[in-house]
Amino acid sequence: MLKKLIATTALALVMGGVAEAQTPRSGGTIRFTAPYGSSFANLDIHTSNRAQDEIWAKAIHRTLYNWDSTNNKPALELATSVTVSGDGLVYTYKLRNDAIFHHGRAMTADDVIWTFTRLMDGTKAYPGARYIRIIKGAVEVEKGQAKEISGLKKIDDHTLEITLTEKVDPGFYFYPSMLSIYPADEATKESFNARPVGLGPYKFAEYVPGSRLTAERWEKFYKPGKPYADKVVVSIIGEAAARDVAFRNKEIDASILGPTQYVAYKADPNLSKGILEVAEVYTRVMGLNPSFKPFSDKRVRQAINHAIDADLIIKRLNKEKAYRATSWLPLSSPAYDSALKPYAYDPEKAKKLLAEAGYPDGFEFEWTATSNESWGIPIVEAVIPMLEKVGIKVKIKPVEGTVLSEVARKGEYQAFIWSLSTGPDPLAALKCFHSATPQSACNYTLFKNPEFDKLLDEAGAAADPEKQIANLKKANAILYEEAPMWFFNYNKAVMAYQPWLKGLQPNATELAIQNYEEMWVDESSPAAK
Amino acid sequence: MLSFIVRRLLQTLPIILAVAAIIFVLFSVIPGTFASSMSDDGRSVLDAEVMARMNKEFGYDDPVYIRFGKYIADLATFDLGTSFRSRQPVTSVIADRLWPTAQLTLASMLFAIAMGVPLGFIAALRPGSWVDMVSMVTAVSGLSLPKFWLGLMLMYLFALVLGWLPSFGYGDGSLRYLILPSIALGVAPMALLARTTRAAVLEIMNADFVRTARAKGMSERRVVQWHLTRNALVIVLTTIGLQFGTVIGQAVVVEKLFAWPGLGSLLVDSVTLRDIPVVQGSILVIVLLFLLINMLVDVLCAIIDPRIKYS
Repeated sequence: MLKKLIATTALALVMGGVAEAQTPRSGGTIRFTAPYGSSFANLDIHTSNRAQDEIWAKAIHRTLYNWDSTNNKPALELATSVTVSGDGLVYTYKLRNDAIFHHGRAMTADDVIWTFTRLMDGTKAYPGARYIRIIKGAVEVEKGQAKEISGLKKIDDHTLEITLTEKVDPGFYFYPSMLSIYPADEATKESFNARPVGLGPYKFAEYVPGSRLTAERWEKFYKPGKPYADKVVVSIIGEAAARDVAFRNKEIDASILGPTQYVAYKADPNLSKGILEVAEVYTRVMGLNPSFKPFSDKRVRQAINHAIDADLIIKRLNKEKAYRATSWLPLSSPAYDSALKPYAYDPEKAKKLLAEAGYPDGFEFEWTATSNESWGIPIVEAVIPMLEKVGIKVKIKPVEGTVLSEVARKGEYQAFIWSLSTGPDPLAALKCFHSATPQSACNYTLFKNPEFDKLLDEAGAAADPEKQIANLKKANAILYEEAPMWFFNYNKAVMAYQPWLKGLQPNATELAIQNYEEMWVDESSPAAK
Repeated sequence: MLSFIVRRLLQTLPIILAVAAIIFVLFSVIPGTFASSMSDDGRSVLDAEVMARMNKEFGYDDPVYIRFGKYIADLATFDLGTSFRSRQPVTSVIADRLWPTAQLTLASMLFAIAMGVPLGFIAALRPGSWVDMVSMVTAVSGLSLPKFWLGLMLMYLFALVLGWLPSFGYGDGSLRYLILPSIALGVAPMALLARTTRAAVLEIMNADFVRTARAKGMSERRVVQWHLTRNALVIVLTTIGLQFGTVIGQAVVVEKLFAWPGLGSLLVDSVTLRDIPVVQGSILVIVLLFLLINMLVDVLCAIIDPRIKYS
């Protein structure tokens, strides 16, 4: 009994100590980085779907839902509760009455309606329109046949009813920053593009185009006590080597790492203490075009999956900064099937399958790839000798990312290698293989399988989440079997952070996108004051 | 003088038109559009309807000759169009980046001139000496060093090891942030200037008028001041003018490395994302700057050397 008491007391003390050490500290500056090459598009987040822009937008703006990294699912953000109708199509939101825009006015249902209507402006090409289209009447506004979205109904200032066209989880649709809620009065002014006004934890302070964006604490943010830091500075540093020097020089608080740096940081006794790893919802694949005759045969596609030693490439070239892929859905997907084992590296089996398919001497194909170090030409070059072993010859067609996306959508390729988003919504991710999905959307390999379609349709209509997940797992298994792609790996996103930076969230949708109000810096930060 | 400047300005017009036409043709034939660049990261797939609307909004649906006509007509009114990406006038997008580019270019050229010209002069006055050897080895090294590598080494030494300077960024635009990128950018023109100055001075030293000056009993100091410097300056100035243009073009690498928000990094981003109006505008501005600087150099040369006629 005494022993138990001592143990319990000791545990409580330890926990108390940890809790005290983790008590958020107010003040200081969070010095974050936007690592994805280009400068920010502009200060109207509705016009951009790029992660680079979402990094700053998270400081200034908020959306109806937000991504809950801990539970790995969308959560209500600008609403306190929601009720769903029996048919799963009508959502009634109780909006926050404490969400105040940075110019001092409280958010109402009108702002949400105005924002969603703006995004459906048919004369503009707002990328967020694809998400709003699930609201009844949105397409009519987009086509200019209506001025108002019929599926948006204001019950009162803080109650909003949204009617959907299909049974989906709107959380997955309404959380990206490109759907940020704007103040209807302020956003129409020209000054808005230079000084954006939002509902986020920080208000806009300064933007040096191509260099950095600074935002200051918004005292009326709706989460009590948050944000903790006085300021957030997001610096654009696209070059990994420059980011590395800046991080080591303690000029920035966090840095996204590539494979080479990952190895160096892991080997360093100090730097290795501040590494956050997340299985992101990206799957690296080689898409096989069925219009190219050999790839129309399932046995050839399976042979390719057997012929490549993916584990070796992940170890040598990706430097273990990736997880071996089994099928389409990644590790962090709720419908990931851990029972599924990846295709075994077996050149003999690959040769046998090729012979059965009528290609005993192999064939030659053109492989479109970018220069990306983790899923581009360096990987293709490593694969070439492996495929040659089974008689398949490869010609590389080097292209830029912009061209890759175009040839994949148009089907102007024999094979491509790309890193594609496979989440967070497993239903939406798998819909890319539904026969009703055109190639120009995301069915790049023109996949068509009646059983797969049926499983997906049933999953969409299912009221029971467990049944839905079971169906999605089965659909994912069909993809595995049919092998429309070579399933290479799932991205392991890695962020290095300084010892004084706390509160980073393991965001599987994109690690560089963080909710800054959860973060703080302790007194050891060079920017603690 | 005025007629000379006007004539030179008029001469730039066909050059600008030719450059505008070349850029337009190039970016009309290369694959990829701004809309397709928006899903190049594989993160967010744009649906076909949004892409079609985007292509329509940005004029991709129009035939090439109509787009070209509109482009030239806008150009005639100094309208560079609207950025696809920022949806702001290209002139304002470029204006935001001009000052940082001017700072970086001027600083790097000042560094190049301050180091390169004296180095070349000293080397020429003592040909074959250890000073000559050291300065020429430095010059050749400076020309051969890749800017990216040199920039990284400077960052490593002055930011990480010595802790004297920040490693990246624009900061408040102060000198502290400017030093490392301008050295990284200025080393190559410094080396070229040193070699050019040395060659020019050596050539003039053997000229008849220098020999005559010495034969007349003019002191070596006066020979250097009145004959060597003044005559070499024309060649050096011409090289400086040409190097200014080169430096603006080469700033891309340094701006990207040091996260410096100049015209070069804007151009690279815009090419990658197919923001064609900004690409066209940036290149035109760079070409215009190059032409203006060289015109200024021509005027200066004519002032320094009366043998050069404005006609």
